[in-house]
Amino acid sequence: MTATHFRIYVKDVGAADCNIDERVLVALERAQGLGQLNPLPCKLPVGCRRGGCGICKAKIVTGEFLRTPMSRSHISVDDEQAGFVLSCSIYPRSDLLLKLECSTKTGTKGKKVISNEEENQ
Amino acid sequence: MAHTGVLRPGFIQLRVLDMPSAITHYVDRIGLHQVSEGPDGRIYLKSADEFDHHSVVLRRADSAGMDVMAFKVAKDSDLDRFEKRITDYGYVVDHIPPEEQPGIGRRIGFMLESGHRIELFAHAEQSDPKPLTLNPDVWDYEPHGMRARRFDHALLYGPNVEKNLDFFCNVLDFSCTETVGPTGNLIAVFLSAGMKAHDIAFANYPSPGKLHHISFELENWNDVGHAADIIARYDISIDIGPTRHGITRGQTIYFFDPSGNRNEVFAGGFTFYPDHPIRTWDEGHVGKAIFYYERVLNDAFLSVVT
Repeated sequence: MTATHFRIYVKDVGAADCNIDERVLVALERAQGLGQLNPLPCKLPVGCRRGGCGICKAKIVTGEFLRTPMSRSHISVDDEQAGFVLSCSIYPRSDLLLKLECSTKTGTKGKKVISNEEENQ
Repeated sequence: MAHTGVLRPGFIQLRVLDMPSAITHYVDRIGLHQVSEGPDGRIYLKSADEFDHHSVVLRRADSAGMDVMAFKVAKDSDLDRFEKRITDYGYVVDHIPPEEQPGIGRRIGFMLESGHRIELFAHAEQSDPKPLTLNPDVWDYEPHGMRARRFDHALLYGPNVEKNLDFFCNVLDFSCTETVGPTGNLIAVFLSAGMKAHDIAFANYPSPGKLHHISFELENWNDVGHAADIIARYDISIDIGPTRHGITRGQTIYFFDPSGNRNEVFAGGFTFYPDHPIRTWDEGHVGKAIFYYERVLNDAFLSVVT
């Protein structure tokens, strides 16, 4: 029988269920809403969900996935070869282990806000 | 009020990662019409409620974002007049020949200190569909999708917002309608060439040349709700809304095209006259300024751009 959904393991955080036709980031958003990604060290970085803004950059440690277009401004050829993706633009084809590239920093109001580790360009 | 010089936004050229899905989005969902496809693959789109040849250009590229936003001026001699003023201001002006985009006359172009390319043109052929002019029915073909009536404005992110403010007001004769933040350290500026609450806006951001959103005008709040139904039905990536902006008072939804470029559809907004004072929002009210009902910024507003 062909699998229709997979487990997305987020390194040091938890795991989410993801359908084969679902963007990995969207599955992570749902899992966060259900409290399944505690303790996520930072709020899940969700932006355009369509491969353009680069905020959901992640590194795939293990697993197979289907890739859809993502901006070269955020995933260079070198990044791609090193296993980096925008998690909004991949669909699972096996269980995946990934590492989020987000970092936390304290904003002016003491509220934790998300930023990419590197300057978007 | 005599409306001379810069009339309005003319077109914006967007980069998209995948052309077929972009066409489906802007034509079937937003409600634009495809006018033509250029020999280089660029796609030219318009609303049926616009007269001019096109208002949105899609270019296939490896990164999302915008190439250029162009404004239409009243007459050809305005291009020479503005070229002198822009050159005198210290910016380098280049020239794009007629028909580099179909139906558009000669253009002059220059780079803002925020890293955005702006162009001016005076001539545009008309294209179908367009508004009727003899005993005009409200439309020739019934509107489809979100029923967008025009490409209305763009919010651009980059450095040197106050330099852009000075340039647009003192060289292109725009008016500043609203600002956010303290004088001397403005967070955002809203600029109008006519009587709309804004035709272009800029927000301070460290990376140059970024696109926050392009916006399409809808007829009313009911159409904003209809647009929200389309966003849900077709699983379009939502950012926020329906809600209202304190700035401009527009009723709005933010969402993303299939390449991650943020779109807005909105209705309403105040009428601006050039004798009106600037409306200002201080930092303590920035949440209400941007999202009037939520009264707080979402994470994406300040950080998600293409």
